[in-house]
Amino acid sequence: MPNPKRKMSKSRRDKRRTHYKATVPSLSTCSNCGEMKLAHRACPSCGYYNERSMFIPKS
Amino acid sequence: MRHNVKGRKLGRTASHKSALLNSLTTSLLKHKRIRTTEAKAKEARTFIEKLITKAKKNDLHVKRQVMALIHDKDVVKELFSEIIPKIGERPGGYTRVIKLGNRSGDAAAMAILELVDYNDVVNKKAEEQQEKKKIKTKEKDDKKAAGVVEDANIIEEKSEKNGK
Repeated sequence: MPNPKRKMSKSRRDKRRTHYKATVPSLSTCSNCGEMKLAHRACPSCGYYNERSMFIPKS
Repeated sequence: MRHNVKGRKLGRTASHKSALLNSLTTSLLKHKRIRTTEAKAKEARTFIEKLITKAKKNDLHVKRQVMALIHDKDVVKELFSEIIPKIGERPGGYTRVIKLGNRSGDAAAMAILELVDYNDVVNKKAEEQQEKKKIKTKEKDDKKAAGVVEDANIIEEKSEKNGK
């Protein structure tokens, strides 16, 4: 079996990893309560979606 | 390649999946709105819509076909005696999926699946909005008639200012 001739240096390894990034979720403000919410999802704090109450939050 | 292959496997065998869809359907018809994962909600949606469309025919053969899928006699009774009349003339689109975000624990995308005609909040709002629209269009028509006169006045004022 063919194998790597040399160990990958820390520098090379870390350079490759510079492109591993976390993405920011696309948040918007709820039109009912003003809290941050995910796009196209019901607001977790007030239960509103599309300006209608979809469920009543537990708290 | 999975070209033109419809539906989700949901990580189950075919029999396990059909059993799941039957039980989801039973729960939805019983409780009118259920909370489940997004994938299950979307898969159950197609299943339920087809079933309800079929059930609208409301004859003995259809009743037997529905009984073969839903193993709860009370639910079947309710479907034919209450749900079908309530749905009435609606041409499909009996259900609604509302996304809720991810579940803590396994980060599964959750959703609410509900029967459209049983959501009182939305139905009230929709009626209100329709009334509002009617009023708005009336106001617009009135304004259009009044707006022509107003514009004429503004032009006159401007010309006076320029003259000074």
